[in-house]
Amino acid sequence: MEFLPTLWFVIIAYLWTGYLMLEGFDLGVGMLMKLTARSNQERRVLLNTVGPVWDGNEVWLITAGAATFAAFPLWYASLFSTLYLPLLLVLVGLIFRAVAFEYRGKVDSDSWRNRWDWAIALGSFVSAFGVGATLALTTTGLPINANGDREGGAFAWLNGYALLGGSAVVLFCLIHASAFLVLKTDGDIRARYRGLLLQYLPVGLLPMGGWAITVHLSGGKPLTWLTLAIAVAGAIFAWVMAARERDGLSFLGMAVFLTAGTTTIFTSIFPVVLPSTLDPAFNLTAANASSSDYTLSVMSVVGLIGLPAVLLYQGWTYWVFRQRVRGDRIPQAHSVTIQ
Amino acid sequence: MYFLLRRLDEGLLMEALELARWQFGITTVYHFLMVPLTIGLGLVVAIMQTMWVRTGKAQYLRMTKFWGKLFLINFIVGVATGLVQEFQFGMAWSEYSRFVGDVFGAPLAMESLLAFFVESIFLGLWIFGWDRLPKKLHLATIWAASSASIMSAYFILAANSWMQHPVGVEMIEGRPVLVDIWAVLTNNTLLVAFPHTIFGAFSVSGGFLLGISWYHLWKRRRDGIDTVEADGKVLVGDVESTGRDRTDYQVWLQSLRIGAVIAIFSFAGVAVTGDLQAKLMFEQQPMKMAAAEAACHDGTGFSVLSLGNPGSQDCDDIVAVVEVPGMLSFMANGDFNTEVKGVNSLLPEYQEKFGTNLPDDPIYGERAGSEIDYVPVMEVTYWGFRIMITFGVLAACAAAVALLIVRKGAVPESKWLMRLAVFGILAPFGANAAGWIFTEMGRQPFVVAPNPDPNGIDNVFMFTAAAVSPGVSVGELAASLITFTAIYGILLVVEVRMLFTYVRGGVPSAMPELLHNHNGRDDDGASDGKDEGDVLAFAY
Repeated sequence: MEFLPTLWFVIIAYLWTGYLMLEGFDLGVGMLMKLTARSNQERRVLLNTVGPVWDGNEVWLITAGAATFAAFPLWYASLFSTLYLPLLLVLVGLIFRAVAFEYRGKVDSDSWRNRWDWAIALGSFVSAFGVGATLALTTTGLPINANGDREGGAFAWLNGYALLGGSAVVLFCLIHASAFLVLKTDGDIRARYRGLLLQYLPVGLLPMGGWAITVHLSGGKPLTWLTLAIAVAGAIFAWVMAARERDGLSFLGMAVFLTAGTTTIFTSIFPVVLPSTLDPAFNLTAANASSSDYTLSVMSVVGLIGLPAVLLYQGWTYWVFRQRVRGDRIPQAHSVTIQ
Repeated sequence: MYFLLRRLDEGLLMEALELARWQFGITTVYHFLMVPLTIGLGLVVAIMQTMWVRTGKAQYLRMTKFWGKLFLINFIVGVATGLVQEFQFGMAWSEYSRFVGDVFGAPLAMESLLAFFVESIFLGLWIFGWDRLPKKLHLATIWAASSASIMSAYFILAANSWMQHPVGVEMIEGRPVLVDIWAVLTNNTLLVAFPHTIFGAFSVSGGFLLGISWYHLWKRRRDGIDTVEADGKVLVGDVESTGRDRTDYQVWLQSLRIGAVIAIFSFAGVAVTGDLQAKLMFEQQPMKMAAAEAACHDGTGFSVLSLGNPGSQDCDDIVAVVEVPGMLSFMANGDFNTEVKGVNSLLPEYQEKFGTNLPDDPIYGERAGSEIDYVPVMEVTYWGFRIMITFGVLAACAAAVALLIVRKGAVPESKWLMRLAVFGILAPFGANAAGWIFTEMGRQPFVVAPNPDPNGIDNVFMFTAAAVSPGVSVGELAASLITFTAIYGILLVVEVRMLFTYVRGGVPSAMPELLHNHNGRDDDGASDGKDEGDVLAFAY
């Protein structure tokens, strides 16, 4: 296997992992605003734990898409056109969610807030599900022909793996968000989300584990036995640490689980990037779907400058907003008085 | 839903290509309503905040907060609709993505990695960082975000300019392969399109500042706060309890002047770069410029009014009634007598080079083998070009007149004049949209226009008919077209309503602390004894 396509496969796996790691909790927080939050004040606390950072988190998705286009145009073209409807849903969800974040607090009315709360919760759910289905299907296969186009109708992609991946990411986001909220909130709210984390973590991470095991069993390598074991250990560690109220370590456990899980999944399918369920000869691989070496070299330079810089300044943002969010310490929402 | 899609699949007469084109057009033109305001207003807010940090004057803080709030209300819709752009190349235009991927994806990925990350993250810091970050560091965050939005525009335009004028590639196995990224990033088409677009964006923010400030100055007079004496001297009033004090007057007067100056200067920039762009375009895409003129025959005059039916695509139908002699020649060549080729002379050249019919290749779907129409839809290009210029000129003239009218510090009491100023905000938006529609429609039937330079690259071009996703059904495209159009319609209503509310609320809509009855805390759980350092200055 050539070096540059391999490097870019790793970078794209890294971008997706970064996306799930960061937007994972803001998608989860979005869903929790309708699932568990009990008052407007609590919803505002939840919203403001991710307020300053969600937009930066979402750029990881855009970058994952754009990097796939630049480094593996054939993968990008086949995956995105084949999954036309699920990606349409992802976009609709993300559009409503983004606008809702910004507009929710701008009119002082319960029905206004309620409408946008639904937009945030449903938008988060739909996008998490769609992203999960997309990632699961690119690792388990789609009915693509020799040209990389979908055979069959608009729903030819719909199968058990799509549902498995979708629910895996939705549930992961909910658990991850709970671990995040334990770190970012205080008092009753914090205790409640720790309780939820302890109660639901074991079952909530099962689908993602199932997805990793499925992919591992179909094309795994010796290395993925190890990563799979690390993922399980990370999940157990997250749970034990949450029980001991070591919240930072618990969140770290979640991060280990996710990273080891996605590493298992992407390493298992490599060098295939999108298997064809029609004929293995139509499989898209890191080699046959990639851009030229020149383009990949150019992008490597850009990535080597851009990605570490992103980590630095995005990390700094989290440091600036490291304080816990408390109901009595957030200012009134800026709604308007018309003169 | 499934059956609906099946029915649409079988029964709908529109083909996938047309639906995909409508979708791209609608989503892109819509996205580009938010983009120029984001680019233009971002820089304005950064400058205002800089003035506040340097002088400490209250009016600059108020300007920063007020215009910053409107900036954010608009920005978020731009972000939301921008996501669609990044996805729809792969979703609806997979053949295009495969063909150009080696070149086209790179500037898009550069935009994400080097610009959009910076913009989003630093804007988050700016929104929530008031009073938390040191003053100067906080100022730096808006500069970072605003510069990144301009850099974003550069990379996106690099991608678009490559479609107008492909450079830096070699054809290998039927696909353009990137061999020189600098050629792509310094494409002469890009070097003029970039300043043209940025100046266009500034003109949008200029008109925006002018119209809204005019409204507030007018309202202060209407409410009897400010009065004008017989000799034209303005007596500035003061209603402190509603935040409409003397500083408030300064906010609007200064914003109005800044807006007008920006509008005038950016028009000059748009005109100069537009002229350069036109000269390049006559060279690179002669058919587009002939179609901009609805010019069938070779000539030298610029048509001010052509009668007939440009839409009929039939040259015998069109007669130029009013012409500026020599003007067209000047636009193309810088002199007044070189003949500029019309459609009738260009058509055989295109047919000879690129064939009269599309190849019999399944990639062209139902259009395989059909005749190629090299003439863009002339009623769109002709009027698009003229609307762009007219709106641009009108906005700049209006800004100059506005400066003159308010030289003594007051706007007239006329309600109609105020309405004109507010509706004038739309003119630069219209010019921007018309310009893009013109240049994108004018490139048809190509999605990647051929580079006519004798030293250019042969055979690097793509017909739009070949670009659409072969695997995606008419039903899916119809579903997404309807969905996006409906959602964008809703968002437009919501955003405009939100902007109106915040504009009407004036500065206190962004600074509630200016109102005397404001308690500054959330009602449930308010207590003033907390450590102020832990309270965010802003929360959603």
